[in-house]
Amino acid sequence: MPKRTDIHSILIIGSGPIVIGQACEFDYSGTQACRVLRDEGYRVILANSNPATIMTDPDFADATYVEPLTWEVVAAIIDRERPDAVLPTLGGQTGLNIAMELFERGLIGVPGTPEMIGANAEAIATAEDREIFKQAMLGIGLDCLRSGTAHTMDEARAVVADIGLPAVIRPAYILGGRGTGIAFTADQFEHIASNGLTASPISEILIEESVYGWKEYELEVMRDHADNCVIICGIENLDPMGVHTGDSITVAPIQTLTDVEYQEMRNSALACIRRVGVETGGSNVQFAVEPTTGRQVVIEMNPRVSRSSALASKATGFPIAKIAARLAVGYTLDEIPNDITKTATMSTPASFEPVIDYVVTKIPRWAFEKLPGASGVLGTQMQSVGEVMAIGRTFPESLQKALRSLEQGRLGLGCDPAEAHLSEMSHEDLLARAAVPTADRIQQVGELLRRGVAIEVVHDATHIDPWFLDQMSMITEERAVLAEIGVDAMTRRSWRRAKRLGFSDGQLAHLWSVPEEEIRTRREAAGVVPTYKTVDTCSAEFPAETPYHYSTYEDESEVRASDARKVVILGSGPNRIGQGIEFDYCCVHASFALRDAGFETIMVNCNPETVSTDYDTSSRLYFEPLTREDVLNVIAVERPEAVIVSLGGQTPLKLSGLIPSELVAGTSPDSIDAAEDRERWNTICDGLRIPQPPGGTAIDLEQALAITDEIGFPVLVRPSYVLGGRAMQIVHDRNHLARAMEELAGFGSLGKEGGLSAERPVLIDRFLADATEVDVDAIRDHTGEVLIGGVMEHVEEAGVHSGDSACALPPPTLPHWVVEVIESYTAAIAKRLDVRGLINVQFAVVGTTVYVIEANPRASRTVPFVAKATGVPLAKVATRVMLGATLAELRAEGLLREPVGGHVAVKEAVMPFNRFPEVDPALGPEMRSTGEVMGIADTFGRAFYKAELAAGTILPTTGTVFLSLADPDKPAGLVVAKRFRALGLGIAATEGTAAYLAAFDSPVDQVLGKVQELGDDGEHRVTAVDLIADGKISFVVNTPRGALGRSDGEQIRKAASLHRVSCVTTVDAALAAVQGLSERVGEVLTVKTLQEYHDAPARGSAAGAS
Amino acid sequence: MIREGALVLADGSVFEGELIGADASIATGEVVFNTVLSGYQEVITDPSYAGQIITFTTPHIGNYGVNAADFESRGTFCRGIVVRELARRHSNHRADMGLDEMLRQHGVPGIAGIDTRRLTRLLRDTGAMPGAFGAAAEAELRAAADGEPGTDGIDLVRQVTVTDGYTVAARDPENRTLIVAIDYGMKRNIAVNLSRLGTVEVVPATTSAADILARDPAGVFLSNGPGDPAMAPYGVETIQGLLGNVPIFGICLGHQLLGRAIGAGTVKLPFGHHGGNHPVRNIATGKVEITSQNHNFAVDPDTLSGRATMTHVNLNDGVCEGLRVDGELAFSVQHHPEANPGPHDSHYLFDEFAEMMATATSQKVGR
Repeated sequence: MPKRTDIHSILIIGSGPIVIGQACEFDYSGTQACRVLRDEGYRVILANSNPATIMTDPDFADATYVEPLTWEVVAAIIDRERPDAVLPTLGGQTGLNIAMELFERGLIGVPGTPEMIGANAEAIATAEDREIFKQAMLGIGLDCLRSGTAHTMDEARAVVADIGLPAVIRPAYILGGRGTGIAFTADQFEHIASNGLTASPISEILIEESVYGWKEYELEVMRDHADNCVIICGIENLDPMGVHTGDSITVAPIQTLTDVEYQEMRNSALACIRRVGVETGGSNVQFAVEPTTGRQVVIEMNPRVSRSSALASKATGFPIAKIAARLAVGYTLDEIPNDITKTATMSTPASFEPVIDYVVTKIPRWAFEKLPGASGVLGTQMQSVGEVMAIGRTFPESLQKALRSLEQGRLGLGCDPAEAHLSEMSHEDLLARAAVPTADRIQQVGELLRRGVAIEVVHDATHIDPWFLDQMSMITEERAVLAEIGVDAMTRRSWRRAKRLGFSDGQLAHLWSVPEEEIRTRREAAGVVPTYKTVDTCSAEFPAETPYHYSTYEDESEVRASDARKVVILGSGPNRIGQGIEFDYCCVHASFALRDAGFETIMVNCNPETVSTDYDTSSRLYFEPLTREDVLNVIAVERPEAVIVSLGGQTPLKLSGLIPSELVAGTSPDSIDAAEDRERWNTICDGLRIPQPPGGTAIDLEQALAITDEIGFPVLVRPSYVLGGRAMQIVHDRNHLARAMEELAGFGSLGKEGGLSAERPVLIDRFLADATEVDVDAIRDHTGEVLIGGVMEHVEEAGVHSGDSACALPPPTLPHWVVEVIESYTAAIAKRLDVRGLINVQFAVVGTTVYVIEANPRASRTVPFVAKATGVPLAKVATRVMLGATLAELRAEGLLREPVGGHVAVKEAVMPFNRFPEVDPALGPEMRSTGEVMGIADTFGRAFYKAELAAGTILPTTGTVFLSLADPDKPAGLVVAKRFRALGLGIAATEGTAAYLAAFDSPVDQVLGKVQELGDDGEHRVTAVDLIADGKISFVVNTPRGALGRSDGEQIRKAASLHRVSCVTTVDAALAAVQGLSERVGEVLTVKTLQEYHDAPARGSAAGAS
Repeated sequence: MIREGALVLADGSVFEGELIGADASIATGEVVFNTVLSGYQEVITDPSYAGQIITFTTPHIGNYGVNAADFESRGTFCRGIVVRELARRHSNHRADMGLDEMLRQHGVPGIAGIDTRRLTRLLRDTGAMPGAFGAAAEAELRAAADGEPGTDGIDLVRQVTVTDGYTVAARDPENRTLIVAIDYGMKRNIAVNLSRLGTVEVVPATTSAADILARDPAGVFLSNGPGDPAMAPYGVETIQGLLGNVPIFGICLGHQLLGRAIGAGTVKLPFGHHGGNHPVRNIATGKVEITSQNHNFAVDPDTLSGRATMTHVNLNDGVCEGLRVDGELAFSVQHHPEANPGPHDSHYLFDEFAEMMATATSQKVGR
């Protein structure tokens, strides 16, 4: 059946900011959907609060609303746009939840309102409600986990007698899963169950059969409205049940099931999607398999496009989101051609099941080093912030490629300098550690296998399937063989064998203590070079012209070099805190801009969640690790005229010095170094007479102390060549300095990222307290013209990492002349660095002095935000400039337009603390946000309000505000208290703050005790933590600055985080919040499209005070 | 101990690898590929691969071992296997032994470490090609490949069919239905599926129509099998004697023989269909089935007119996947509804056969 003609406009709900569990895979799926639906002629309306996404580019939808994703706001968009249909299945859980909230209020999915396409409300409810789902599955004869509830120990014993041990016990109505445990023995059961009954406020526990250690599988299913169903990809988890699939190493295709078992699972998955009633689109069904009996149980089902479907799309080449969007508007699978196997002469339909002739391994990347206090133990709640995928012909090859893609200093499975810490551990210690799932487990297992510990023993400890362990031991055994052979005796066959097992040149260099360059030379001399194979969905059964490749060591390479003008774009690798979707946006824009300008673009990246790794984003895609070896290999095959290293964040930038410098597009590697090298940078600033905070560089404590003796405390201490404020600290005294230096020198995670050395010294600068931070993004072309993209004023003061601080464009409080000074400084620095392309400069304004903090001649994370705020496609313009175009030419061409004004855009960071209740949510110089949102409105207050709403910070209109302020913040706090009071809110405060407020005639309603203190009468006084837990506080202002009261504040902030009470940790944010609230009161929140903002008259200059 | 070896094709292409499985100085056969992700044991034991060397496009083969239940016939009939990587350790609760051990037990040689994707691309472009592998010198292997006749013009059915018939009891002891299954190289799971419909008497491929009709079966099943249908004229003759006298259901080679029996033509496909993921449309319902496929020949749909109706079509290349003989109770499909390996989407065809037999029986009773 052809597409529907009874609907003309479709609202797509995006997934909002990047958070743990919802990363850029939904930008990938949403972007695909927008493109497809527009191609089909529908009017596409998009709602998404995340400005860093590609889908929110005004080119991708007819009406793009960068507005908070709450049901109220989406209702306002529906009211304004009156779409015929809403597509809720491409925006992750956020999209689904909002759709359900709208449905429950009768705003969509009922007659007279927009139709829900893809999945209807009943299907969503069936899949999302645990109990309804279970009953539905049992109803169609599928096996589910046996479980029961109990209110007494007798009931509990009866339940466990029925389901058997081991069993999981979960107390009902307990936040954060406290009291949950697994009982393996009857004694343990008695203990955990009785504790659980006590802990539960309603004395109820859920007892469920434990699948801990079972094998875990996922199937990606698609269905059309004619009930055709296909499986796109089967995924096997290397980490067994017990670790969230998002935190598991996963492998495609399924490796250890017989066809009989696989077909049983396939039948179950098809039955599941039919029963749940997902009418069209993709779903994901998860299974657990008991390894000794093969018993299969259905665990859960996602009635929407998911993270796994993004992975499945990249793993097979089958574009699930694109097809799902077509199915949603009425096509059937057999009506849609398979893009991949489409050639000039034939095409096959999308109604088939992809087969692959390679192995895909996905490994998550975590950010525990940024979250002190987090246990690092993996469990059923997802904690990773990103992932890598690697393709190899075999599992060992793909595993080793994936491990080196992670960019955590590992060159593969062991056999690298970073394995030193493991080789010192005893067998017992290693085995005990490997039994606990953590980020390090895979390397611990590798080390155990290297030592020859039996596979059975490792399996018993880890429950990792013996097949995977044996494949891993092929790597470790080969290592021993290679060590034995020695580099001089290597033959063509032995080189080939090593490379086919995924060994990197770096690993071999380490093994034989030979420089990596020599390994490369010798290997190439033996005639062993990588071949590039094609991802084609059909294991070569049909001709395919897909430009999607991976390297492996085989006979035949399928890539044919073209004679076109070619540019290689190096992507940004796995998402991590400090380097995320913004950089993917820049790389994708570079590819689009260069293709439009007639270049062939070659993308190299290893992140399966991204738009950049979509096979039709660039002329060719190489799904490869971003290491020197792998990048040089691509350069050797493609012979590009230029390589773009400055748009993907720190990952490609670090490679800039390792590839031929004449290939580096735009700003020269020497200039990049000049900005990074402290001595050279100082010379530049001195020459320009631009003030810098006093400081110096140190490679040890002695040098560090010499600097602080001169400039005094507090100082800002940071390593060079890292992004996201990694390990950055504000240091107040000599002891603290000693600790900081020690961490930087010896701290494992930082050691992995480059560590401390003469080449990479620590930077120590005077910390400018109370400074206003300003960020500038600018572009300079080869004629010397400088375009100021945007000047952003941070809401939080200096000391909070710029990535975690809210910022506003144009600057709301800076005087116009200060902005002009900043612009002049930026232009001068860009000129001195001979920048060709983007530069980001950070300033700190103290009184009337503008200090420059640092300059980075590369794309910054604010580039997409600035582009959306001003309408200037900065990344595209910069890319063209890097390849030689001038700003004047781009203006004439129409690519570069004047920035628009008349509104204020606020960017706000989104933090991961609700996943890590044990981590102090106070903001500091180390970046910890995972994503960002944008609020855009006619005034700063309204824009800030929207940004907070979008970030999930509920600014209160009723209830009580709790204030606890450090001394320097108290004057501003007084203003905050008065304004909240004026808005009709109650005020509670700690004693000191309350006394201060009272002195200025602003008494509080309630004085609260300190958390660990008894009152004068010896009674435990009511504390903020108590009130937060009781739901009596609607907003928390707690500033942690200075050493005082830190632990108390930490408890309060953690409590707020745990109970989802909005909390700001700077007084500036509190002032902005109260301003936003004041402007918001009594008015309806209005929504407006980016297209409307961008059609407004140009404001003449990108900068300008409000 | 690594046994180095090579695979040489008739066109002179050489592939380096390591020998696995049974010892054989030189193995020869027609080299074909199969794209299934799982089910290597079923493929290796499928008699339809008689005379062929099977290349698996899936790199890891042997991961879950082999087990007694998943044999698709009494042994193996293929000439060898070509893989990228043979698992040295298997892992599955159903496994009885490793694949390498099974290959040795059944005398199947193999070669591993091959760039199977290069080989598959070559076979895709040139068609199935004779080839030879082993430890012998390249020239010797080349000569062996050149001397290998391939499967064209050879009656492979006689090599694989049973010499003596046997009976598979009905699953339900009360079921009195009798089905005669002509074994051209029948997969075990077909018999398993038929036994749900009645007692199955499996007879050799050369059995005459009169012999079969004398058994008074409720229906006759025409099995899958290897090679070119034109090489089994005895099969066509038998089917012609059965048509109109008893309901008929054919699969794969059985389908092609039914086509020839009604006067339709058969053609050799460029490289055949060998996999578990082919989309087939049931023309009557419009629904798409994902099917298991293994054949190099097909019924020419242009020769059906006036004799039979095409019921199923392959959506990848338009190949005829099923037919129903006009005016008779006889139908057949090119793909494998019995799966093993592959999806179960077409399983309903066995039920249609049951209905057809019931219809015929009630008509007989009514008469």
